[in-house]
Amino acid sequence: MINTSLKELSAQLASKKISSVELTQTFLERIREMNPRLNAFITIDEVKSLAQAKAADALIASGKAGPLTGIPVAQKDIFCAEGWLSTCGSKMLHNFVSPYDAHVIEQFNRAGAVNLGKTNMDEFAMGSSNETSYYGKVKNPWDLDAVPGGSSGGSASAVAARLCPAATGTDTGGSIRQPAALTGITGIKPTYGVVSRYGMIAFASSLDQAGPMAKSAEDCALMLNVMAGFDSRDSTSLEREKEDYGRDLEQPLKGLRIGLPKEYFAEGLSADVAQTIEAALAEYRKLGAQTVEISLPNSKLAVPVYYVLAPAEASSNLARFDGVRYGYRAPEYGDLMDMYQKTRAQGFGAEVKRRIMIGTYVLSAGYYDAYYLKAQKLRRLIAQDFTSAFAQCDMIMGPTAPTTAFNLGEKSDDPVSMYLSDIYTIAVNLAGLPGMSVPAGFGANGRPVGLQIIGNYFSEAKMLNVAHQYQMATDWHLRLPPLGEGLGVRG
Amino acid sequence: MSLNLADVKRIAHLARIAVEEDEMPGYLQQLSNILSLVEEMQAVDTTGIEPMAHAQDVVLRLRNDAATETDRHQAFQAVAPQVEASLYLVPKVIE
Repeated sequence: MINTSLKELSAQLASKKISSVELTQTFLERIREMNPRLNAFITIDEVKSLAQAKAADALIASGKAGPLTGIPVAQKDIFCAEGWLSTCGSKMLHNFVSPYDAHVIEQFNRAGAVNLGKTNMDEFAMGSSNETSYYGKVKNPWDLDAVPGGSSGGSASAVAARLCPAATGTDTGGSIRQPAALTGITGIKPTYGVVSRYGMIAFASSLDQAGPMAKSAEDCALMLNVMAGFDSRDSTSLEREKEDYGRDLEQPLKGLRIGLPKEYFAEGLSADVAQTIEAALAEYRKLGAQTVEISLPNSKLAVPVYYVLAPAEASSNLARFDGVRYGYRAPEYGDLMDMYQKTRAQGFGAEVKRRIMIGTYVLSAGYYDAYYLKAQKLRRLIAQDFTSAFAQCDMIMGPTAPTTAFNLGEKSDDPVSMYLSDIYTIAVNLAGLPGMSVPAGFGANGRPVGLQIIGNYFSEAKMLNVAHQYQMATDWHLRLPPLGEGLGVRG
Repeated sequence: MSLNLADVKRIAHLARIAVEEDEMPGYLQQLSNILSLVEEMQAVDTTGIEPMAHAQDVVLRLRNDAATETDRHQAFQAVAPQVEASLYLVPKVIE
């Protein structure tokens, strides 16, 4: 059951071969057994989950089920869910039981899906290793000494170890794709504006976008069908026709032009990752695609530009955590200023404070033009690189991350080296394009490698098709980590 | 542009984050490292380039000037650190 596709689970639910309650219990049991070693979840609420499963079974019995009705889905703790602790991985929200649902949560509720629990994450989604969470580090099920990537590390670890059939993530600079790559699962960050940000705790609002993390492209398509949609409560939500992201899955790839940015295959890419990506590209050629070299000449500027824009937006967004309306307040303080300063000093972790301070600095009087405005101008150049590239190809491919998963603690004392882990993913957020990561094999140390697929605006259905055809020809996405195989496997 | 301890103090104040004296050198080092990473931007000439504020350059929607929210202040204030008579309590600001 644990390696079964969403489509097949849905069919089994519809034919009453299994019930949602049974399915939910199976995964809750796996979480109970394996989560102590992985720390992928912050909150589990069996009573709530099983009540939803029961309601889903009633819906199925009445013949009103949709494709995700009764399917347990783990939710990244960045999404506010009514009645659930919603911490965003921070002490600042350690006691925040949300009084409302995020749009994404509402969409899953409407679809009759079961909330299986809230997954661990880097604090306020700031990190690439899931080591900055107030609730402790998340481990990679492929190797308990390795990080799962971040910031959606809990969701990635949970899907990889099959503690849930699918999960949600968010991606500001690579936070869906990089952990998906490092744990050997499939994840897609849609075009900016496709999924509503309402109730998704904000980090950098012009870059934040939610998306699914699952076992396969086919599963991601079903998840995205539920997550996507216009929502007037997010001012950047796009008014578009509802689409079926799975409609093109079976299209052949003959004639597909794949662009390979030479900057993504240059210095800094480790040899084993390069080799694995080459093998994946060879597979695509066998499927009838052709590859062309392209250039994204400004891509080396993506990391510097991101570390101006994202902290600037974060410093503004995180100003709301003042100890007045929700969350943590320092136990002892003098005047109002003292209360703000102590609350924020105690409630935020080190990486969050660093980014707030960088953001505050680049927006401060006298530095705005040199940093913030300059970064916004370069952002346009980075976006234009992609526009030019898509004149020569249909999809862009390359590595998702420069290395396989690094060890816990390896980069946590050196923020700048950690930032470079997102060197191939950040430009996609700056341009607002959709990007995904697909498992493509393993590196020299036996840890997973992800192939990144970057599409043009609103080409999610085509990207999922491109990923699905590869997954029909390979079985990397079906490989289970040693920790995943040991427990509760029932076929 | 390099930072000094006075800058760190000023930034911490603007960000409303209490930073102890013994934490200052650590922040100085880390923030300076991040800024030197960011410094690479200055090598590129951006004369005449329009700043890009947003991924899609979208126009903000207007909505009707109508009340659409229901009054849920009790639920929203239930998660606040200190509330009395539907008011958020903070230390006295006016003598």
